[in-house]
Amino acid sequence: MSLNLGQIFKFAGGVHPPEHKVESTEQPIRTVPLPKTLVLPLRQHIGHIPKILVKVGDHVLKGQLLAEAHGHVSAAVHASTSGTITAIDEQVIPHPSGLPDLSITLQADGKDEWLKHAPLDYQNMERAELIRRIAESGIVGLGGATFPTHVKLRPDARHPVTTLILNGAECEPYITCDDLLMRERADEIIQGAAIMQRLLGSTECLIGLEDNKPQAVAAMNAAVAKANFNAKVVVVPTLYPSGDSRRLIALLTGKESPAKGRTTEIGVQCFNVATAQTLYRFIAHGETVVSRIVTITGNVARPGNYDALLGTSVRDLLQAAGGIRDNTDDYVMGGPMMGFSLPSVDVPMTKAMNCVIASTPSLFPLAPMEMPCIRCVACADACPVNLQPQELYWYSKSNNLEKADEYQLFDCIECGCCSYVCPSHIPLVQYYRYAKSETIAQDRAKQAADQARIRNEERLERIEREKQERAKKHAERTAKAETAGDDNEKKAAIEAAMARAKAQKETVIPQNTEAVSPTVAAEIASVDAARAKAAEKTE
Amino acid sequence: MTAALLVMIGLGLLLGLVLGVAALKFKVEGDPLIEQIDAILPQTQCGQCGYPGCKPYATAIAGGEADINQCPPGGEAGVKMLADLLGVEPKPLNAEHGVPKPKSVAVIDENTCIGCTLCIQACPVDAILGAAKQMHTIIAAECTGCELCLAPCPVDCITMEPLGEDIAHWKWRYPVVPLKVIPIQVAA
Amino acid sequence: MKFSPFFTTNTSVSVVMLKVMLALVPGIIAYVWAFGYGIVVSLILASATALLAEAAVLQLRKRPVMPFLLDGSALVTAWLLALALPPLAPWWLVVVGTLFAIIIAKHLYGGLGQNPFNPAMIGYAVLLISFPAIMTQWPAPLELTSAKLSFVDQWHYIFNRALPTGIGLDAMSSATPLDYLKTQLMLHHPIETIAQAKFFGTFAGKGADIVAGAYLLGGLYLLHQRVISWHIPTAFLVTLALISGVFHLVNPAQFASPLFHLFGGATMLCAFFIATDPVSGATTPNGKLIFAAGIALLTWLIRTYGGYPDGVAFAVLLMNIFVPLIDANTQPRVFGHSK
Repeated sequence: MSLNLGQIFKFAGGVHPPEHKVESTEQPIRTVPLPKTLVLPLRQHIGHIPKILVKVGDHVLKGQLLAEAHGHVSAAVHASTSGTITAIDEQVIPHPSGLPDLSITLQADGKDEWLKHAPLDYQNMERAELIRRIAESGIVGLGGATFPTHVKLRPDARHPVTTLILNGAECEPYITCDDLLMRERADEIIQGAAIMQRLLGSTECLIGLEDNKPQAVAAMNAAVAKANFNAKVVVVPTLYPSGDSRRLIALLTGKESPAKGRTTEIGVQCFNVATAQTLYRFIAHGETVVSRIVTITGNVARPGNYDALLGTSVRDLLQAAGGIRDNTDDYVMGGPMMGFSLPSVDVPMTKAMNCVIASTPSLFPLAPMEMPCIRCVACADACPVNLQPQELYWYSKSNNLEKADEYQLFDCIECGCCSYVCPSHIPLVQYYRYAKSETIAQDRAKQAADQARIRNEERLERIEREKQERAKKHAERTAKAETAGDDNEKKAAIEAAMARAKAQKETVIPQNTEAVSPTVAAEIASVDAARAKAAEKTE
Repeated sequence: MTAALLVMIGLGLLLGLVLGVAALKFKVEGDPLIEQIDAILPQTQCGQCGYPGCKPYATAIAGGEADINQCPPGGEAGVKMLADLLGVEPKPLNAEHGVPKPKSVAVIDENTCIGCTLCIQACPVDAILGAAKQMHTIIAAECTGCELCLAPCPVDCITMEPLGEDIAHWKWRYPVVPLKVIPIQVAA
Repeated sequence: MKFSPFFTTNTSVSVVMLKVMLALVPGIIAYVWAFGYGIVVSLILASATALLAEAAVLQLRKRPVMPFLLDGSALVTAWLLALALPPLAPWWLVVVGTLFAIIIAKHLYGGLGQNPFNPAMIGYAVLLISFPAIMTQWPAPLELTSAKLSFVDQWHYIFNRALPTGIGLDAMSSATPLDYLKTQLMLHHPIETIAQAKFFGTFAGKGADIVAGAYLLGGLYLLHQRVISWHIPTAFLVTLALISGVFHLVNPAQFASPLFHLFGGATMLCAFFIATDPVSGATTPNGKLIFAAGIALLTWLIRTYGGYPDGVAFAVLLMNIFVPLIDANTQPRVFGHSK
């Protein structure tokens, strides 16, 4: 147990990009009006796609389960308002690929009528049962990673969790949804943390915030005092990417989570503050995940934070924020360091969407020409994972994927610090993304080839085996015939068989000869007579 | 002169003996080269190379009978890997053996299939499920896209469907940053 | 299609190179004060040659010319070479050295970012081997010579090799302290007597030590601007001081003092400007320490036992060879890995 006394540790690297947080923190959280149509992608989390429980035409209530978690790591999807399901098909989702994915389209009936829900008596509930219920709630990590929360709350006997960390660092520029949530709903966050603490059996709870959110720090401290919950709010210096969970854990505990393992191996579990608040809403009110808070900022008339129903289109979100202003040419989901351009404004808001920035060419200008790498290692100095980005770049660019892997390409968190500081304006992270997905694809192809090889070998073996078996059988039969020897015996056997067949034939009475008309009966009789005659002749 | 000759011959004999003994003593069971070549081949078992499968082609390459550019599914990347392994110059694919195609899987039109089992017998990886007079179906995950089932089908009910890109299999593209050429101005 | 991060810092290769040139300015001013305006002529000659050569080769290689001309890397190479050459070197020496540095040492290896060897030091080494006599003929510091050459005189000398009437070559030139030390030691004179020579200043050569001090100043600016990290200058200077210090303590008559080594020759220029060339140097933190310590060791060895008075150029080039080996074996521990 490492009871944190406000001590802050350090990690290597990091950068100080301009924050641009003031624009969206001047107003309290506002609510987006109920849209007419909502699109709910099934894949709003990391893991298996959930199983659909409804069909087109069904009327559903707000909070009703539409698709249930399927598989070990999966999350449920719920109706975010009451209405009718009009389609279950592929829709463009907020994803850098711009590809469509299976989604449920919900036509709102305007009543926004909740399914009957009640608080969970979690204190008198079996832990396994509680986890099962949380799996039905659809809660995922709301910081953007969207890992199903119930999986992280499952007890692990090998790695007991001693420290619960709530992540309120929110280090990405522009994003302020956690900041506003902490200012306005700190009590709910702390209650959520208390539930998590109980589930995990942890003994200390640390809440990490960057020092650029004094109001949130004050609100959280007040909530902790009020709740009489043993948590400590730790203020860390503003440095991107302090909000990355492993970096925050290092900052608060001084411990590094193993690169290929889980944070629980060092006794720590980390959740976003919004995740804790959502868990509280589910436990204390029975509300499943139907909405989230999203920062709408950049080139819009009323930048700020908006409480919106999942499935609301980005177009409606921008409209709620007063609409876009002139020169808007792009829409970035997430922050400017790690986000991506949305393929369209008609994509729905998902659980992962913490921020949308309407951008202009002057806000995010096109990068200057890419110059050669001069190995100045500004990137290595900025890397929070202590990688050597210049080497990774070299190997990724030249498609030397094995070498890139050797230099721990897969430890890269794609935070963008290296690209941010590069004097040659090389899109370094983009090279790493490319190399990573190429490596994954090659590994998949390799596995498929190995599988095909095994199947081919097994088939050839089977054919060979069958051939041998046939040959063996044939040989056996010949051998048997030879040992049987006596021709008479054989003949007798054949005759006996024929006799048996004849006897059987005679006893068989066709079933359709009963209850027929007299004419048909006469016909049958004549045919039978002819048959008997013919039989006599042959014998 | 004679002494030198004798020494050389003696040396040659001696080293030859050492090599011969070593060859016997350190003989490697099986031919790892064939395994290594086979590991590079895509295992479609399509036979486009002119051999009945990937392993026979690998054996032929190892034996010097076949060239390294006869495998269209492996593509230029496969040729390059083979060239690296064997220490020879990579060469373009031999068009005689076909051209690379996008990865596809076979699909049986279940309304047309008569259940003749001919495709089942042709499939090199047992990826077709069915029995006589029963409708057949292809296990897409096992299909290598070799197209060997197309020819035997008497009713032409098998088609090749290219594998589309979906979210789970989507890949980030190589960052192409155009190097804008600026016409030379006054040089200093 | 744009990718994250959607914004970057305002830095660029040009800015980095500009800061390096800015950091060289105090050294150049001190140089002019100590040896006259000749160095300015050399700098201009080298710069013009470098830019022309760079533009021509880029055109030949079908590369965009302006972005690469404006990156400033050719200018930095030119300046470093000019500052390493004797200030009144004939014009063709400067031109040949610069051409070699830009065309052969830089572009034949692939241009910016691709050269395994420091281009300026390649240019210097080629000139030193090809024209040893001219390369070791240095003008005497201004405060020591009665034959003060005006800017026009120096210009005339650089281009026409002609001195004003009444001034002999002996009057205006002198041996460099490192050179003098070497020849005198060979005659078995102890260092105390050698150091009595008029051109020895407080630390090292008179005037040269002031220039070295100015380079140090510029280097501190680069450190402050984070253009260079502390690793290479520190490891280089500390190693050089340690080796020379130990030997000086053991036998002060035979081995020069650490201060002489630190402020003599091209030590300061190397510590902050030459060894810190990112392209041809080591990149990992520990690698930089090893790289710089190696240069220091080789510099001291060449100065003390080698055939050439100063060893910086050869030391840097020799260590350039080891950079891939050093980098590959000094990879830092990645976050979350045990090593």
